[in-house]
Amino acid sequence: MKRLLAILPLLAVVVLVQLLTSWSGTQFYLTQMTMAAYYSLLIIGLCVLMGYAGQISLGHAGFFAIGGYLSAALTTRSLVPFKEAALVRLLDGCGLLHAGRDLYGGELLVVTPWAAALFAVLVAALIAVVIGIPVLKLKGHYLAMATLGFGIIIYRLVLATPWLGEADGISGVPPFVLFFGVTVSGESSVRILNYYLAWGILLSGLILLINLMQSRIGRALRAIHGSEEAADAMGVNIARFKLQTFVLSAVFAAIAGVLLTHYNGGIGPSEAGVMKSVRYVAIVAVGGMAHLWGAMFMGVLLNFLSLRGVFGSYDDAVFGLILIVIMLFAPEGILGLIAGRKKPAATVPTVEQDGEV
Amino acid sequence: MAILAVENLHRRFGGLHAVNDVSFQVAAGQIKAVIGPNGAGKTTLFNLLSGALMPSSGVVRFQGKDIQGRRPFEIAALGMARTYQNIKMFTGMTALENVMVGCHLRGRAGFFSSMLHAPWTWGEERAVLEKSMELLELLEIGECAHVLATSLAFGQQRAVELARALAMQPSLLLLDEPAAGLNIYETAEVGRLISKIRDMGITVLLVEHDMSLVMDISDEIVVLCFGEMIAEDLPAAIQKNPEVIRIYLGE
Repeated sequence: MKRLLAILPLLAVVVLVQLLTSWSGTQFYLTQMTMAAYYSLLIIGLCVLMGYAGQISLGHAGFFAIGGYLSAALTTRSLVPFKEAALVRLLDGCGLLHAGRDLYGGELLVVTPWAAALFAVLVAALIAVVIGIPVLKLKGHYLAMATLGFGIIIYRLVLATPWLGEADGISGVPPFVLFFGVTVSGESSVRILNYYLAWGILLSGLILLINLMQSRIGRALRAIHGSEEAADAMGVNIARFKLQTFVLSAVFAAIAGVLLTHYNGGIGPSEAGVMKSVRYVAIVAVGGMAHLWGAMFMGVLLNFLSLRGVFGSYDDAVFGLILIVIMLFAPEGILGLIAGRKKPAATVPTVEQDGEV
Repeated sequence: MAILAVENLHRRFGGLHAVNDVSFQVAAGQIKAVIGPNGAGKTTLFNLLSGALMPSSGVVRFQGKDIQGRRPFEIAALGMARTYQNIKMFTGMTALENVMVGCHLRGRAGFFSSMLHAPWTWGEERAVLEKSMELLELLEIGECAHVLATSLAFGQQRAVELARALAMQPSLLLLDEPAAGLNIYETAEVGRLISKIRDMGITVLLVEHDMSLVMDISDEIVVLCFGEMIAEDLPAAIQKNPEVIRIYLGE
C-alpha cells in the first residue's frame, strides 16, 4: 500500500498537466507527453536490466522495432492473396482476422490489433531468449558490442524487407481498440483519453517494476550486480535471472513499440536505429542507472523535449553529449548526484562509531 | 559420519599443481581447519569445494552426493555456504539486504508474483526480514542493518558476510580466513562465534593463518604445503609434528 501511495503525487501531476493544457489551450502538448510516456515504458524496463541487474544493452531499439513493426505489418498487410491458405482460414475461423476495405475500396483482410500485438510481443520475447542465452554469457564491453550487433541486424533487416516497408516504414496502421471505448489512436478527439491511457500504462509498469525490485528477485538481481561470485555462492541462478530480466526488458520495449505504433498510425526505420538504442542508454544513465523514478522522469523529460524539436537537427548529438557529460561528471546520474550529497550525512554517525572500535 | 569427503582431488593451473592429490574427510558437527603457508592451495581448495573452480580430477562428496563439476548455486542449494578471504559484499546494498540475499534459496517468490506483490509472498518476505535482522543481532551488528554494507568497518563487513552465510541455513560452512585483518580481541570474538555456530549444528571447515585461533577451536587440522597434504591430525599432535614445524619455522 505504501508503494502505491508513493505514486499518488505523480498521478496528481499527471492530472494537473492535463488540466493546465486544457485551461491554457495547449492540448497539443499532450500528444508528445503521450509519446514520451510510451518511450519511458521502454526506459524503465531497460533501467531494471542495466541499473539493477548490471547488464548493458545497446540493442533495445531492436526490441521496440520488433514489437512496432510486427504489429504494424500484421494489421496493415492484406492477407487477401492468401485467403485460401489453411493457416489464414484457421486464423479467420478463430476470429483473429478483420475484413474491411482499403483506401481504394478494395477488399482487405488483416490481423486484428489485439492478435497482432500479442504475437509481436511474444516474438520479441522469444527473440530475447534466443539472443540472450548466448549473449548474456558476455560481460562489459563484449556484451555491449554483441547487443549493438543485434540492434544493427534488426535495423538492416527492417530497411531491407519489403514487407516491413523498407526505407518508407509502414503507415496507415489502424487504431487499437483495447476494450470498449478505449482506443489507442492519435486522433485529436481521443487525445486526452490516450494521454491518460499511456500514463496509466507507464505508471502500472513502474509499480510492477518497483514491486519486483523490492522483492526476493530484485535483491537477487542487485546481488548479481554487486558480486556475481558471491551471488552464485548464495544459490542465485545467475544465468537464469539475467535471461529473465533481459526478456522482461525486451517485453517492455516491445509493448512500448506496439502501442506507440498504433498511436502514431505508423512506424519508420529510424525507430530501429542504433542511435535510438544509444539514446535509451543515455537516458537511463542520466536518470541514475539503478533509479527507476529517475529513469522514468528523465525518459519523459528528454523524450518530450526531443519530440517537441527543442534539440532541432542536433537531436542525436545532444544525446551523445549527455552520455559523455554524465559518464564524466555524474556516473550515478543526476539524481544520484543529489542523493550522493545526502548519503554521507546518513552514514557518518555509524562510521564514527566504527572508529572507536 | 562424514558430511564432506574429498578424494584424490587435483587442480592444475598450467604446470602448477595448486592442489595435488588431496584427500580428507570432515565429520558432521566438527570444526576442521586447513592450514599451510601462503600459496599452499588453501583458497583453491575452497574454490574447488564450493564449485567456483572445476577440479582437474578427483571426487568431492557432500552429504553423500558427488558434487565436483557442479555449479556454485547448485552446491549452495545442497547446503554449503562460504565466506571469502577478500570480503565480497554486494555493493549498493545495505547490510540487511546483503543478509536477505542469503535467504534467497528459502524463498519461492518468482518474477510474476514479485511484480504483482502477490499476497502469498508477504509472509515469506516478512520471515526473511525477521530472520536476517535476528542474524545481524546475533553477530552484534543490528544497529548497522540499514547502512550500506561497503561503508561499514572491515570487522563489521566480516560479520555481515558471516550473517549472510548463516542465513543460508547451511549444513557445512566454509570460512576463508575469518580472522584476517582483525585485532586479537576481535579474533577471540570470532573464535567464540565459530564455536557457537558449531553448537548450532553447523559443521565448519576453515582456512586460517592465526595459529592460536586454529589450535583453540579446531577438532582436527589438515596441513597443506605447495598443494600437497602433509598432515591430518588433532591440534595437539599437529603442534608436535616435525614436518609441520619444519614448514613453518624452517630447518
